[in-house]
Amino acid sequence: MSKYETVIGLEVHAQLLTKTKLFCACSAKFGDPPNSNICPVCTGQAGALPVLNKTAVEMAIKTGLALNCEIREKSIFARKNYFYPDLPKGYQISQYEKPLCVNGKLDHVPIVRIHMEEDAGKLLHDTGDPAVSHVDLNRCGTPLIEIVSGPDLHSPEEAADYMRKLRNILVYLEVCDGNMQEGSLRCDANVSIRPAGSKKLGTRTEIKNVNSFKFIENALAYEIQRQTAVVEAGGKVIQETRLWNQQKGTTEAMRSKEEAHDYRYFPDPDLLPLVVDRVWVEKIKGTLPELAGEKALRFAKQYNIPEYDAGVLTAQKELAYYFEECVRHHPSPKKISNWIMAELLRELKVRDQDITEIKMKPEQLARMVALIEQGTISGAAGKGVFMAMLDTGKDPEAIIQAKGLEQVSDTGAIETVIDKIIAKEAENVKRYQSGKKNVLGFFVGEVMKAMKGKANPKMVNEILRKKLG
Amino acid sequence: MNCQEKTQYYLDRIAKYNPKLNCYLTVCAKEALAAARAADQRRAKKESLGPLDGVPIALKDIFVTEGIKTTCGSKILNNYIPPYDGTTASALKKGGAVLLGKLNLDEFAMGSSNEFSGFGPVQNPWKEGYIPGGSSGGSAAALAADLCPLSMGTDTGGSIRQPAALCGVVGLKPTYGRVTRYGIIAFASSLDQAGPMARTVEDCALLMNVVAGYDAKDSTSLNVPAEDFTKKLKQPVKGLKLGLPREYFINGMDAEVTTAVQKAAKKFEDLGAKVEEMSLPHTQYAVPCYYIIAPAEASANLARYDGVRFGHRAGNPKDLLDLYERSRSEGFGAEVTMRIVIGTFVLSTGYYDAYYLKAQKVRTLIKKDFTDAFQKFDAILTPTTPTPAFKIGEKTDDPIKMYLSDIFTIPVNLAGLPGLALPCGFSKTGLPVGMQLIGKHLDEATLFQLGFAYEQATDWHKRKPSLVMSHGS
Ligand SMILES: [Zn+2]
Repeated sequence: MSKYETVIGLEVHAQLLTKTKLFCACSAKFGDPPNSNICPVCTGQAGALPVLNKTAVEMAIKTGLALNCEIREKSIFARKNYFYPDLPKGYQISQYEKPLCVNGKLDHVPIVRIHMEEDAGKLLHDTGDPAVSHVDLNRCGTPLIEIVSGPDLHSPEEAADYMRKLRNILVYLEVCDGNMQEGSLRCDANVSIRPAGSKKLGTRTEIKNVNSFKFIENALAYEIQRQTAVVEAGGKVIQETRLWNQQKGTTEAMRSKEEAHDYRYFPDPDLLPLVVDRVWVEKIKGTLPELAGEKALRFAKQYNIPEYDAGVLTAQKELAYYFEECVRHHPSPKKISNWIMAELLRELKVRDQDITEIKMKPEQLARMVALIEQGTISGAAGKGVFMAMLDTGKDPEAIIQAKGLEQVSDTGAIETVIDKIIAKEAENVKRYQSGKKNVLGFFVGEVMKAMKGKANPKMVNEILRKKLG
Repeated sequence: MNCQEKTQYYLDRIAKYNPKLNCYLTVCAKEALAAARAADQRRAKKESLGPLDGVPIALKDIFVTEGIKTTCGSKILNNYIPPYDGTTASALKKGGAVLLGKLNLDEFAMGSSNEFSGFGPVQNPWKEGYIPGGSSGGSAAALAADLCPLSMGTDTGGSIRQPAALCGVVGLKPTYGRVTRYGIIAFASSLDQAGPMARTVEDCALLMNVVAGYDAKDSTSLNVPAEDFTKKLKQPVKGLKLGLPREYFINGMDAEVTTAVQKAAKKFEDLGAKVEEMSLPHTQYAVPCYYIIAPAEASANLARYDGVRFGHRAGNPKDLLDLYERSRSEGFGAEVTMRIVIGTFVLSTGYYDAYYLKAQKVRTLIKKDFTDAFQKFDAILTPTTPTPAFKIGEKTDDPIKMYLSDIFTIPVNLAGLPGLALPCGFSKTGLPVGMQLIGKHLDEATLFQLGFAYEQATDWHKRKPSLVMSHGS
């Protein structure tokens, strides 16, 4: 056991999937040309005022409910004051003292708070002239929620696991697209170490810029090692903000000047306190979808598939839907699950496609599985059909017909082929009869080869056994 | 006179008198004449857009106007051409009003004398060398000098009522939330309120009819049904109860002001109203409370003027910090800078509770004073200011003295109530004296009723300043 115990807390920023920004009617879309989604409000023009986006509040409440939080009846938007070129008003509107959601839980990890705030713009440095920087304010004012966990994660793996589960919930709720690369899901980590068994928290550092599951694990592992080395050498960990540098694989202290902020929070007088009535919360509660965890349990039970498979199938909402659609068309959940787990997921990876982008419809996959079960095609032929469906989106029947993949279940035809092969392979027949039963596989292979894979393998086996004695 | 002639009349007067008075920062002659021509055409076709169609108006240069320079009296916005119209500017435009131009003010509405304008002081039309009051000094002086018939001002601690009183015109600070703040440049958001200014109570009420109303773009706007503010104008005031708060008649106040307001009280009694002395016990805390809350909010509201997106930008900044520091120190005047510093201080960690939070608690007590009083009274009568207009330069070095000019108006902002200032006399030296009527929440109509009745019984509002020779009709 290690001498030190690690204590980690995560602050996760999730961009909400609203059509418009948090305080104005501008589109919150990602990827439009710079400064195309802006207005007097989000560019901080003189005299402009914020008006709260109700859908954003609803999404925040949804998240709060899914994470078992109390939803506060009255929460307050404050101004967080600091100067930066990506912050047009010179303050960010953010909930501070009184956040919307408090005291939640994700599995064993306490959720301290979820608060709402607006995002800042983006600085563009590489636009030609090295002496000039530009500001893109498209992102400025888009709605974020910050989900703060308690300091109850104890390893980089546990932190990444928490983050995965959290991401999954946000995506299931359709409140965030969960895209860490594009920054719609971002994570800062607070980490400290303390002697094993100690109750007192050690001095923590905050690591910024850990925007993938891998970075979270890497950055935390590095930071724990760094802090341990500092303490082992008799030094003290300094409370500071550190940036994760993926290229170097290290965390680096940010200049202290960037940290020496007094944000001078005070309630934003442009916005009334956010009052959320119980009826609304109950109504939102009624719209909560089944989340991944519950869904996985149900899948395992209802479809009698391994828990692991149920976990994989429910990890993405659309994939779970795809699976259930297949099963609805052909109630063979185990076989369908196998096809999805083994073939479909592999192909998605190879093709770099998302389940939402494929041409093959769930009912087509279901019908193909049914055709195999009925013996119309062999499992081996099924693979070809499957690939063709992925490529073309055509019905399995059409593909089978076009490729002539229909299975031969005619005893006479199979016997004729088998007789020819037995006559030719006298040596192997002897070996089989002398007890080397595994030679049977060789004969099956030869028969299938001769019949171009179309023979019904069950029948081939039976007839062979009979004829070889 | 048709609209074009009327507009031309004002443009001529502006050309003649503005160089001396410095009321207008921007005159929109071409646009005004074009708008007047359109109004005349509508009139010929009998297609009126409403009561303000073709009526000239001038806005305090704190109202954001699309395509028309809006400075807020500050050098930092010297070159600011807003990309949008505020709700009030757009309502006036839709109603066919003719915008004559934009009026001078103390920088970012911070001041009581108009001496803190980045573009030079405004002269009081009643007496050369005297201040017109502030911060809506340009509006009040332009009305007094007949350089416009109507104006919109804003009032954070008295900025409509105090200059109205010092220039002998009428000004209403409506209930907080009555008139939208969308498109007025923010000074202190929880106190700022736009309101009408005119030469008579009736004109004020008519303008109020156009600018008041719920605005979904302002979260603090009150969602109450539209109302005709002239509805009670002609009703007798007999039986109405007026309170005369002891705390508004203080030592060191000008005796002429006390006398004038007492005479006004007498006049209301003559008209059948009941006047009774009463108390608003927390009045003395209003000024210190205001000078914490207002600068605190201002310090954040003015952070957006950073030289990055619009407004003054320092030349050849050596880095980002230098850009911020020089753009702001070059752009802001001394008074604004001082208030930003005060505001930044009172919000700082370690001081927030002692100043800002405490001030908010005091504010609640001041509100309660009024709530209690209005259990018994229909309105409260006070002087608008402790003294008539003072000389330019007299108080610029003494902020405390200057701040006391707003001692009677500030509590009304803190309580979010409506307050109407109107003329009630003149000093021996010929300077106007104003009274203030404070009303219940959303009860502007009663203030107009009282003001109108008083106006009908007196002729202060008919007097014209001598600085300007002739007075238009
Ligand atoms: Zn916008």
